[in-house]
Amino acid sequence: MSLNPTVLLVIALAPLFGALVAGLLRNQVGRIGAHTVTIAGVALSCALSFHVLFQLAWDGAEPYNANLYTWFQVGGISAHIGFLVDKLTAMMMVVVTFVSLMVHIYTIGYMDEDPGYQRFFAYIALFTFSMLMLVMSNNFLQLFFGWEAVGLVSYLLIGFWFKRPSAIFANMKAFLVNRVGDFGFLLGIAGVLYFFHSFDYATVFAHSDSLVGKTLDLVGGTPWSAATVICLCLFVGAMGKSAQVPLHVWLPDSMEGPTPISALIHAATMVTAGIFMVARMSPLFELSETALSVVLFLGATTALFTGLIGIVQNDIKRVVAYSTLSQLGYMTVALGVSAYAGGVYHLMTHAFFKALLFLGAGSVIVAMHHEQDMRYMGGLRKYMPITWITMWLGSLALAGAPGFAGFFSKDAIIEAVGEAHRGWVGSYAYFCVMAGVFVTALYSFRLLYKTFHGAERFVVDMHHGHDDHGHHESGHLAHAPQESPWVITLPLILLAIPSVLIGWSTVGPMVFGDWFGGAIHVAERNDVLKELSSEFHGPLAMVLHGFAQPPFWIAFAGFVVATYIWLFNPAITAKFKAALKPIYSVLVNKYWIDEIYQAVFARGSIALGRALWKGGDVGVIDNVLIDGTSAGVGRIAATVRWIQTGYLYTYAFAMILGLVFLLGGLWWVVGK
Amino acid sequence: MMQSLLSILIWLPIVGGFAVLALGTHRGGEARWAALAVAVATFLVSIPLLVGYDADAGTMQFIEQHRWIAAIGASYHLGVDGISVALIVLTTFVTPLVVIGAWSSVRDKVNQYLAAFLVLEGLMIGVFCAMDALLFYVLFEGMLIPMFIIIGVWGGPRRVYATLKFFLYTFFGSIFMLIGLIYLFLQVHTWDMAQLAALPLTLREQTWLFFAFLLGFAIKVPMWPVHTWLPDAHVEAPTGGSVILAAIMLKIGGYGFLRFSLPIVPDASQALAWVVIALSLIAIIYVGYVALVQEDMKKLIAYSSVSHMGFVTLGIFLSLALARTSGDKDSAYLGVSGAMVQMISHGFVSGAMFSCVGVLYDRVHSRMIRDYGGVVNTMPWFAAFWVLFSMANCGLPGTSGFVGEFMVIVASFAMSPWVAAGAAFTLIIGAAYTLWLVKRIIWGDVANEHVAKLQDINARETIVLLAFAAAVLALGVWPEPLTHLMDASIRHVVDQLLVVKAG
Repeated sequence: MSLNPTVLLVIALAPLFGALVAGLLRNQVGRIGAHTVTIAGVALSCALSFHVLFQLAWDGAEPYNANLYTWFQVGGISAHIGFLVDKLTAMMMVVVTFVSLMVHIYTIGYMDEDPGYQRFFAYIALFTFSMLMLVMSNNFLQLFFGWEAVGLVSYLLIGFWFKRPSAIFANMKAFLVNRVGDFGFLLGIAGVLYFFHSFDYATVFAHSDSLVGKTLDLVGGTPWSAATVICLCLFVGAMGKSAQVPLHVWLPDSMEGPTPISALIHAATMVTAGIFMVARMSPLFELSETALSVVLFLGATTALFTGLIGIVQNDIKRVVAYSTLSQLGYMTVALGVSAYAGGVYHLMTHAFFKALLFLGAGSVIVAMHHEQDMRYMGGLRKYMPITWITMWLGSLALAGAPGFAGFFSKDAIIEAVGEAHRGWVGSYAYFCVMAGVFVTALYSFRLLYKTFHGAERFVVDMHHGHDDHGHHESGHLAHAPQESPWVITLPLILLAIPSVLIGWSTVGPMVFGDWFGGAIHVAERNDVLKELSSEFHGPLAMVLHGFAQPPFWIAFAGFVVATYIWLFNPAITAKFKAALKPIYSVLVNKYWIDEIYQAVFARGSIALGRALWKGGDVGVIDNVLIDGTSAGVGRIAATVRWIQTGYLYTYAFAMILGLVFLLGGLWWVVGK
Repeated sequence: MMQSLLSILIWLPIVGGFAVLALGTHRGGEARWAALAVAVATFLVSIPLLVGYDADAGTMQFIEQHRWIAAIGASYHLGVDGISVALIVLTTFVTPLVVIGAWSSVRDKVNQYLAAFLVLEGLMIGVFCAMDALLFYVLFEGMLIPMFIIIGVWGGPRRVYATLKFFLYTFFGSIFMLIGLIYLFLQVHTWDMAQLAALPLTLREQTWLFFAFLLGFAIKVPMWPVHTWLPDAHVEAPTGGSVILAAIMLKIGGYGFLRFSLPIVPDASQALAWVVIALSLIAIIYVGYVALVQEDMKKLIAYSSVSHMGFVTLGIFLSLALARTSGDKDSAYLGVSGAMVQMISHGFVSGAMFSCVGVLYDRVHSRMIRDYGGVVNTMPWFAAFWVLFSMANCGLPGTSGFVGEFMVIVASFAMSPWVAAGAAFTLIIGAAYTLWLVKRIIWGDVANEHVAKLQDINARETIVLLAFAAAVLALGVWPEPLTHLMDASIRHVVDQLLVVKAG
């Protein structure tokens, strides 16, 4: 049997339809119309995506690969829009549409009071469409299409509250940093076209071996392996979108956007596009050990060093954002050791529990009247039990508690790194992911304790004005926090279920089996997951084994330390801060990377632009070359005075006269 | 009628223009409707051209030839291939939008203003049809006259300086081109462009001619470093003048390279392709930086035009070098196609951007970025259009701006990854200057009382922006109809380049 192309088309287009209706007819359909049509569209997509997944996974349907239409055909080069739906794609489609559906429902509650309600629904539905086009693409061009389209929607959503200076700075920053990534990505695609004469995945991957031995002459006559150059260029794209060091700076700032999109775009789906892309291109990356080592190094660096920043953040969303950076690092590490299935698997589990954590954080923010600073929270568990419990479940999954979804995926990655043979980079990565486990537990439980446990660090002040959302005094609430409405708690519960359970049934086939089939290609010598699969004896054995492994004890240590400090002895943090001042200031300033970029790239570019404009254009070209040589400044001034008497038509007349004179002369010379 | 379709396209707007002029300065209302009728009629006449043109053949079609100045062998010789058809339809599409755009913003001597645009339209269509070099040259020069008048009469306070600069630049360039053409004429005693292309020339002769053509067309494009007339001309020009200048007149430079430099002096073009490629990359990067720091919206968009036109010259000369040195014809086709698509796309995008600036200028009477901020609060629909066109300006896929740049960048990789990297730098710098502009104009809280009092776009402005938006999106989502229209002709042009003329 085979997949029905109409179904695939409906999956992609239903959210687009919803977006167009909600966006262009926003005044006609109203708030209810807008959320109904977008939710219906995404729900339809979601249901059909599950259907497609089941067809592929259980009914033995063949992967679908066909073009929809020709985008351009120039000489022998053609570009198409088309779909490739195999199990990797189907898994991504389910993750994207499911999380998107949850976020759509949640938004009804979260954006309830916002005047841009319809616009918001239009954007998130448009995002869903773009993301689906990205994952369902069967070629590099459409991938880039979806890639930039999700970037655009991300830009619009980070700047959704466009009156906030911080939001409109953050969205421009996000777009530009992503553009640096896209710069590399586009060059990678150009390289692919140059060597394979096609944009088509199937064609390129079928002939990927032809790249072996090909070189490019880049600097000073030294031949560079073409595979390495192309893969590194493509990975620069992944670094932008998946926020890997040093292109990670945009993601924390993206928290300026409303929380639902932080969950959807900046945690569960868009930021994982880079991971998906590298997994999809595994036939190319397998050709270059060098490229994989770079991937591994940057992933490991991201995993540890961004997680460390998460420990010192006070904004509840920023903690989750740094946690996302760190987890993206883990996924990248998996790619770097050729454990693509492990990386993609972590992508999936992370999508569930991280969306849950963001939406939970959003629920807290609503309850706290848009206060995001955890220093003014505490003790919220008795006010909002559903949020509290689901956040705990999500955090346990994140920290890798045995049996939770995150345990299976993270443990697989750590073991794969331990098994890989990558020299010093491998050892460095192993250290980073191990240390990262401790850090993850530390910031996760810190967040829970500071938010839900301990003393209340806010006062309920009934006399306080009710309509002063923007300018409220920190720590003062107009009325007591309360649990969020069902449209908010229902998605939390529905996301908590897979966060806890999904690992049990899926880890065997997806990580240690050959579930992805031909979608992911691993060279024999690199196949660490295959080596590990001989030690895999079912999920229960893995869980039991997990209790005896270092990652569990490291995470447990993190839990104990976090509990001691933030649950029982919060006053001690001040002492730590004083004692570890240099380290603290490094972390709280995020290694000063933002400041360096601001000085070098932002202000540097402006200075360079000024120099080129005032020095080059005005100084040399206009003043010296043009005004200097053509007539002399004085002559120009004189002419201008003459012209200003009003005879502008003189020009036209002079030109025609000149032309007639020239041609007449020519006639006289030649015509005889 | 089909035999003289091109003549109708040329003369309809010119005659119509004089008819509008004859209405006199006091009948502005009638002049507007008459001009609109002429512009729309011209657009409608261009549709049979688009439909009737046989794209698969790719040859010169709709040929007309009449005696003109027999004594010096010049003839009224017209014909179009896919490249010309695309540019002609661009012209007939944009002109009605300019007429609508000027509806209420121009009040002074309306009939003369509109007549200038209609005459200009006819002359520009003529340039794209001319198969006779002298006819081309006369129209090429002639079209400057209405533009001088448009800027000089309806322009801003420094219009005289701008017009003078424009005049000196273009006149300087085209004089050399004319000398080059006369030299060619003296060899074969014909102005027929196909025969000039077949003329064998030594490399030395070709080199001189190459520079003559380069000066003429580089100023028109404009290429760095002869671009400084453009920002001044744009700043002083009325909205319609800027739209036509950016959307169509600049394209004539790129068109000239394809019609003159490549076929007539292919060996010199190959030998000196590196010069043009280097200048194009400088245009893309250097001018991008200059655009970043502009304080005047129109100047910013003008510099952005120069940067984007860099892709046109890059694509053309890159392909020439590729086709002749490595024999990679597919990449060469892709490069020229990219250059052409970029020309058409830039016509839509820059026309739309200047129209948007016009909308703001009509309300606030300032082009300075600092006078705006938070426009989205008072003009949400306008803001949506502005963001769309800005995205097209930074080459976002799904908009027309992506297609040509993408083609040129991937084609340039075949020459050198470094050239590709230089061209791809536009992804960063283009986004930087465009989005910073968006941030300062559109986003933010209401900046001042002028912005607070803004009214969103009216029906007339909506029509103009909607037409541009439809074109930008259609071309971005499905460029195949356009590439197919030009493909056979572009292959013909590239294959012609392979001839080595210098013995």
